[in-house]
Amino acid sequence: MSSTVLQEQTVPAVPTLDHLRALEAESIHILREVVAEFERPVMLYSIGKDSSVMLRLAQKAFHPGPIPFPLLHVDTTYKFREMITFRDEFAKSIGARLIVHTNEEAIGDGTQPFKVGTQRCCGLLKTKALLDALQAGNFDAALGGARRDEERSRAKERIFSVRDPNGQWDPKRQRPELWNLLNARIRTGESIRVFPLSNWTEIDVWQYIHVENIPIVPLYFAREREVIVRGNSLIVQEQPFVVTMPGEKPQVLKCRMRSLGCSPCTGAIRSEADTVPKIIEELIATRQSERQLRIIDHDQDGSMEVKKREGYF
Amino acid sequence: MSGLLRICTAGSVDDGKSTLIGRLLYDSQSVYDDQIHSVEKASKNRTAGPIDFSLFTDGLKAEREQGITIDVAYRYFATARRKFILADTPGHEQYTRNMATGASTADVAILLVDARNGVLTQSRRHAKIARLLGIHDFVLAINKMDLVDFDQEIFEKIQEDFADLLAGAAVHAIPMSALHGDNIISTSERTPYFTGPSLLEYLETVQVQRNLPNLPFRFPVQLVVRPDADFRGYAGQIASGTIRVGDTVYTWPSGRSARVRRIVTWDGDLDMAFAPQSVTLTLDHEIDISRGDVLTLEPAVTGQKFEAELVWMDERPLDPGRTYLLKHGTKTVTAEVNHGLVLNQIGHVTVSTARPILFDAYDVNRLTGAFIIIDPGTHFTAGAGMITGGVREATVPTVAPVTAAERIARLAREAASDEEAVELVRQALEEMLA
Repeated sequence: MSSTVLQEQTVPAVPTLDHLRALEAESIHILREVVAEFERPVMLYSIGKDSSVMLRLAQKAFHPGPIPFPLLHVDTTYKFREMITFRDEFAKSIGARLIVHTNEEAIGDGTQPFKVGTQRCCGLLKTKALLDALQAGNFDAALGGARRDEERSRAKERIFSVRDPNGQWDPKRQRPELWNLLNARIRTGESIRVFPLSNWTEIDVWQYIHVENIPIVPLYFAREREVIVRGNSLIVQEQPFVVTMPGEKPQVLKCRMRSLGCSPCTGAIRSEADTVPKIIEELIATRQSERQLRIIDHDQDGSMEVKKREGYF
Repeated sequence: MSGLLRICTAGSVDDGKSTLIGRLLYDSQSVYDDQIHSVEKASKNRTAGPIDFSLFTDGLKAEREQGITIDVAYRYFATARRKFILADTPGHEQYTRNMATGASTADVAILLVDARNGVLTQSRRHAKIARLLGIHDFVLAINKMDLVDFDQEIFEKIQEDFADLLAGAAVHAIPMSALHGDNIISTSERTPYFTGPSLLEYLETVQVQRNLPNLPFRFPVQLVVRPDADFRGYAGQIASGTIRVGDTVYTWPSGRSARVRRIVTWDGDLDMAFAPQSVTLTLDHEIDISRGDVLTLEPAVTGQKFEAELVWMDERPLDPGRTYLLKHGTKTVTAEVNHGLVLNQIGHVTVSTARPILFDAYDVNRLTGAFIIIDPGTHFTAGAGMITGGVREATVPTVAPVTAAERIARLAREAASDEEAVELVRQALEEMLA
C-alpha cells in the first residue's frame, strides 16, 4: 500500500505593512514629491503633536541628508510658555532651521482675543501673519500637519491644495487628486498647501508617537495645574488679561491639553493620562471630538471653512 | 493582510449616500457626542428624520444649504477588526470627476441604488467608472427598501439589472434602509429572505486582492539623495514587487544596470523591501539615474505611444491639437491625445509622449498603469488615464541588448560563489562576441 503524503498547498506569502507603516510610507512619498517639485518649500511648525510627527517623517524621508526646508512658526505671542521652550529646544536638537514670524504691528496695536474678538484676533495674528511670512520668504509650498479627520471642511481638503495669489482657498474649484499622482503645477503667484498627514487619524498620530518615541510638549500629559473651570473647559491662566468672571476662582485639577493652541482660547480636559499609552486609552474611551475645546472652531457657522477660504491653515 | 480597507461610495444624487455613511459612523460609534449634538441642532431645519446623518459628511456650507454632496469627503473609522478610510463621493453628474478620485484608491465600492428607481444613468456611469478604475469588490446597496415594503422581488430585480454592468466583479447585494438602519450593522428582521452579512460585517471581513509585493518590481525614482560626496541614493516608494540587497536592477528608459548595495532607511538598513514601502537604494556603481526614471528587476515595456481609457474632468474639452503635460509615476512629460473628449466623457484614446516612459497595463498594475493629464495653461488636473496597452510600432527597441544583459545578470546571480560568477560571465561574454 502506498502512503500518500498530503502536500499542503503553498500560497506565496505576501509581506504586508501594518496600518501605521502604510501611512508612514504614503506621507514620506508626499514629502519627497514636495521637495522634488517645488523651489522653496517650508514646513509650518505649530509645536503640536502633529508637527512633531511630521518632523519625524521629514527626517525619515531625506535620510541620510538633513531636512531640506526650514520650519516656520507663526507666533501669536499667546502660545503657552512650555510650547515656546519646547520649540526652541526641539528645533535645535534635530538641527532644523527655524523661522519665527509675528504680526508685530497687530501686537503693537494691542490685539488680543478679549479685546477684538476671536475672529479678528485669529485673522490678524494667524492668517495675516502666515500669509505675510509666506510672502516674505517667497515660499511656493507650505507643508502643514492638518488631518482630514479633524473637522468637516478639512475632510474635503486635497493633499496638494492650491491657494490663489491672496492665499485663499476655493473649495468648488479643487483639482481632482487620483492615485498617488500629485499635481504640483502652479501659476505665478499661486502657492500650494500640502498636508502629508491627510489620512492619519488622531489615534494614528498617538500610536505613531508611541512606537517611534517622539518628543512632544509636556502640556499633553496630565498633571495638576491651576485652572478656572468654565463649562466643559478648563482654562489654564497664562495671560494676564484672561479675566475671571464673578464667582470663578482658580482651583488645582489634574488635567491635560488634547490640542494645543493659544492659551486664552484652548481649554484643558480633566484627565489622568500622564503617559502616551494612557492617552491612547483615554482617546478610545472618549466621547468628545479633538477640537471641541478650540473656541475658534465654533465662533460662527462653518467657522473653519470660512477661515480656510481666507487663508488660515 | 493589512488592517486598512479603503472604501468609496457611488450612486445617484438622493440615493442616500451621505445618510448611509452618517449611519455607519453613528452606529459604529465613530462620531463624537459634540458632533452629534451640533448635527442635532442643524437637523431641525431639515426634513430628514430625527437626526440628519448626512450632516456628518457634507462639510461645506454650500452642501448643507443645497442638501447635496459637492466634493469628495474622506472619513475615518475603525472597528475592533479593521480600520477604514471611506471616500464619500458626489452623485451629481457635474462632479463625476470626484467620483473617479474617490475610486482611484479604493479597494471596495459601495454602489447605492434607490429601490424605487432602480438603475439610473448615473448609477450606470458610476458602476462603469468604478470598474474602469480597477475596483473588483462591490456592495450593491439597494437602499430605501422601507419605501417599497422591503419587497423581495424588487430587491432581486435590481440585482439582475446590475448583473451585466458589474460582470466579472465580486458583488454583495444588500437590501437596506440607511435611514432606519436595516442591514447596516446587523441583519434586519424585515428582510427574512436576506441571509448574507450586514454592510459592516461584510466590510470587516471582505478579503480584497492585494498582491502588490508579488508583482514585478517597479521603483519610480523620486529624488536623488546626495548629502555629501560619499553618499548617492535613490529615494522612492516601491510601486510594486520586492527588492533585496544584491539584486541587479535596470534603470529605465536607459536600460543600464547595477546591483543594489544598500536599502537605506532612517530606522536602519534593510535586507529586503517591498511595496508600498518608501526607501532609499544605493547601487554598487554609478549610473546616470534621475527623478522620473524607473528601476526594475526584469526587462519591461517602455514606449512613447500607448492606448488608454481616459476620463475627462475639465470644463475645457480635450483638444487633440494641443500639447498637454502627462504625469506618470514620478515623471512628467509632454503628450498629445488623438481625439477630443468633453467633461465627464470617458473614451478609448491613443496617447503619444515626447519621451519614452515605462508602463504596465492598468489592470495588471494600478500605479504604473495610471497617469494624469495636466492642462499646461490652467494647470488643472484635466484627465485621468488607465493604460490598456502599448502601440507596438513606436515601442523603443530596447529589448535585444537587455536580453543579453539580463542573461549575464542571471548567470551572476545564480552562481554559487563570486569566482564562479566571474567565470560564467566571462564564458557568456566570449560566446556572445564569438
